[in-house]
Amino acid sequence: MMRALKSFGAFWYDFVIGDDWQVAAIVVAALAVTALLTHVAGVNAWWLLPLSAFAALAWSLHRATARKSR
Amino acid sequence: MTALPLILTVFVACAVEAVEALTIVLAAGLTREWRSTFQGMAAALVVLAAIVAVLGPTITLLPLTALRLVVGALLAIFGLQWLRKAILRASGYKALHDEASAYLREVAAAKAAPVSSRRGVSDWYAFTLAFKGVLLEGLEVVFIVITFGVSQGNLGAAVIGAALAVAVVAGTGIAVRAPLARVPENAMKFAVGIMLTSFGTFWGAEGAGVTWPGNDAALLVLIPAVALVSLGYAARLRRGRRAGEVPGSGGPAAAAPAPATESEEVTGR
Repeated sequence: MMRALKSFGAFWYDFVIGDDWQVAAIVVAALAVTALLTHVAGVNAWWLLPLSAFAALAWSLHRATARKSR
Repeated sequence: MTALPLILTVFVACAVEAVEALTIVLAAGLTREWRSTFQGMAAALVVLAAIVAVLGPTITLLPLTALRLVVGALLAIFGLQWLRKAILRASGYKALHDEASAYLREVAAAKAAPVSSRRGVSDWYAFTLAFKGVLLEGLEVVFIVITFGVSQGNLGAAVIGAALAVAVVAGTGIAVRAPLARVPENAMKFAVGIMLTSFGTFWGAEGAGVTWPGNDAALLVLIPAVALVSLGYAARLRRGRRAGEVPGSGGPAAAAPAPATESEEVTGR
């Protein structure tokens, strides 16, 4: 039972998060900050999520290629 | 957004998944036997239909803002993972996904597996191979159809895009009876990654409360921007890799591209 649950969880983790969990973490954090800036500070922070996505991609690529070059 | 870009986006995304499912189904059917393969496909389609029947109406109950926040986050994460792999492949850091060699691997495994009948299925291996292949690739199709269709309020157009993709790939597969090795898979995955990331970013930010300059027209800037940045990353990595390739050095950067990982075989990305 536990094994089935573990492999079910592992499948959905692979399906949604994929190889690099930090990309998912950056996207979620950027969305949270965007919501805070918009609703609390009154700043229309439309630029934050695209910039965070570009940064997350660059960071993930850097880590992947640095690992392979080592 | 009109229906045509939505149909095209879903079509390309689903065609990539359908090509991968076709490779597995052909390997099972041609190497083992077609009856059990079709049973496996049918069982997977029933499970997928049940998932759509449960998820579709549940998701439409969510308020649009919450829906766009959740769907946007998922699409952006999903899209960035597609882009990451497509860029690594385009720059030579990861081996290109090759349907012909994927087919040969499946055929070799299918030939080696013993024949056993279970639960009314004459060849259990062919059944499970086809079931898993169609279910796993189909889940991505379902995910893309539901997220794009519901967020745009046009589930019908998304379903049309997916159905067209499956019909075109299945029809071509039946005609050639071979894996579709000439499909430019990495270019298609690159394009899908750009679209998923762009729409995910757009809807996610909207769900978080922002108003995009120009409203929907912002997508006309966002999509090319994501494409340009991604192509720029790929070009930069390719240059860096070539610069490290000194003949005979055997340096780390000159190493062969990494093969497909197990998670890639599972998710198909």
